[in-house]
Amino acid sequence: MHAGVADRDGLLGMLMLAPAVIYIFILVAVPFFLAIALSVSDATVGDPHIHHFVGLRNFIRVMHESAFGLGLRNSIIITFASLLLILILATAESELLVHNFRGKKLVQIFLILPWAMPVSLAAIDWLWFLDSEFSPVDWLLRSVHLLGPGTLLGPANHLYYFGREWLGLASIITIYVWRLLPFATLIVLAGRTSIPRDIFEQAEIDGSGFFRTLFRITLPALMPILVVASMFTALLVFGDMTVVALSTRGGPGYTTQVLPYWAYLKGIDGGALSEGAAIALFLFPVLLAGSILALRFAYRAESR
Amino acid sequence: MATLELRGIKKRFGEFYAVDGVDLMIAEGEFLAILGPSGCGKTTLMRMIAGLEPPTVGEVLIGGVPVTHLPPRARNVSMVFQSYALYPHMSVAENIAFPLKARGMPKAERETKVQWVVGLMGIEALVKRKPGRLSGGEKQKVALARSLVRDPSLFIFDEPLSSLDAQVRAMARGELRQLHDRTGVTTVYVTHDQLEALGMGDRIAIMNRGRVCQLGTPRELYDDPADTFVASFLGSPPMNMIEYDEHILGFRPEYLLPCGTADVPEGSIIFKVRISQIEFLGSEWLIYGVLEDDKNETKLLAKVQPAVAGELRAGKQHDFMIDRSRLRYFGKQSGLRMPGPV
Repeated sequence: MHAGVADRDGLLGMLMLAPAVIYIFILVAVPFFLAIALSVSDATVGDPHIHHFVGLRNFIRVMHESAFGLGLRNSIIITFASLLLILILATAESELLVHNFRGKKLVQIFLILPWAMPVSLAAIDWLWFLDSEFSPVDWLLRSVHLLGPGTLLGPANHLYYFGREWLGLASIITIYVWRLLPFATLIVLAGRTSIPRDIFEQAEIDGSGFFRTLFRITLPALMPILVVASMFTALLVFGDMTVVALSTRGGPGYTTQVLPYWAYLKGIDGGALSEGAAIALFLFPVLLAGSILALRFAYRAESR
Repeated sequence: MATLELRGIKKRFGEFYAVDGVDLMIAEGEFLAILGPSGCGKTTLMRMIAGLEPPTVGEVLIGGVPVTHLPPRARNVSMVFQSYALYPHMSVAENIAFPLKARGMPKAERETKVQWVVGLMGIEALVKRKPGRLSGGEKQKVALARSLVRDPSLFIFDEPLSSLDAQVRAMARGELRQLHDRTGVTTVYVTHDQLEALGMGDRIAIMNRGRVCQLGTPRELYDDPADTFVASFLGSPPMNMIEYDEHILGFRPEYLLPCGTADVPEGSIIFKVRISQIEFLGSEWLIYGVLEDDKNETKLLAKVQPAVAGELRAGKQHDFMIDRSRLRYFGKQSGLRMPGPV
């Protein structure tokens, strides 16, 4: 008998970790450092070689554009609004799903559907749903006399969801909530089911009503998992460009633009590779700080 | 403080009756232990008393008032769970004050109450701690304090000692009983540990397969078991059982004595026993043996004092005697107690 690979813990550990390390190095570390290099260079799509380093010139230049301020504002508004709505709704859904009731399976399927739906199909759905001419929401509002000449939301016959600043932002937020709610619900539900049932029965016997139990027992116990859900949701929304790209395209003007999509438009479509990289990197410190804080909090709450 | 009455309680899960017709009447201030093996329905019964589960059939009355369809908070019962179910993010003081807050008691009154119960339980030093930093015994005291603080009409305990160390447990038993005597709250104590039931209960209800087999004082149950289940469940080691004609003869191991050390009293029965094993347990010896000349090879067990155990050797045959008055007769088919041989 001799010791095989499986008996040598150090070697075994390295072998098992190697694929993940290689993967992260090639697909995360290399592009990341490349982006840093590009952001301080004069590279363009037409000429992607780095000839000169130009310091922070790209950063200063993009910060002076009007789209930057709007993009940053919208990124923050969209992220926070979506996050808030998702957390409230996910907690409510998990509270519903933790109990047994008739038709629970069906409800579960409906609730998971947005997450399982292909992005292209979802995009078509929403584009039609909020279409400037044919939106069924407009039709519904018209039929209850809230929209149209001489009504509350009138005088136009359409709301033009993607054509106005605040309606556009609201539409984008709605789509994010719709899309990410199932994912957040799954995370929160996992946390909710791991709270011992005794605690809730004890609260019932102690005479605690629904809202007291929710705010004094359930939410404090869910806090660590809510932080994790927030982190994932916020990162998914903050770094995403697809919803804006498919709905308002950042318009009208730059009023619904977000930083990731603007970075893409400028860097890839507009050809200013280095400036695109600079915009994209603006997000990085925010995301990093957010992640570290959230993880810290989650660990502390967990180990208490 | 109140009486508790159960009338024809049944609970069905699918096709299975977890509780199958229980009638109980518990007097004011009584300490009733519900004892039974796991799966006998005692926990389900307790949950129905607390209001956590509605009975399929039957009625629950607390203080003579029907509460069958009332939620737990309308019953004024308090309960100590096996896990103690302390709220993990609240301090000990907040945990204890929670039931008072839930019923909207003003702050000043609440603090007086909490101080009173904290003093009663002797846990003044713990009030600022979180449950995560308490030992098992401390948790139990906090859980007791929380259930005591609101003057419940009924106390329900769900195996509250089972997560304690053996040494702490013996002490906790005494403390719990003293606490009951001081507060006088009607108590239902659910356990599978017969020592707890025998040691603390004014009366014990023994449950098996969803029914109460016998209800009585610890002595009644121990000396006069109503059927073979009670006879074999209660007592450690359990009662000896010998099939004889149409009966089963039962007797406690401590009454089976080796002959030869004392005179055989009038009316004793002698058994020839082949000793198979002897266990030395310090203050007593356990003698395992097989009844000689018996086609069933019935196993017998005797619990004897060290003073009379001297001559006994494993592998040898020895005569044992039992006083006739110690014999209990059960029906062979029914397993039910019979007054004497037919």
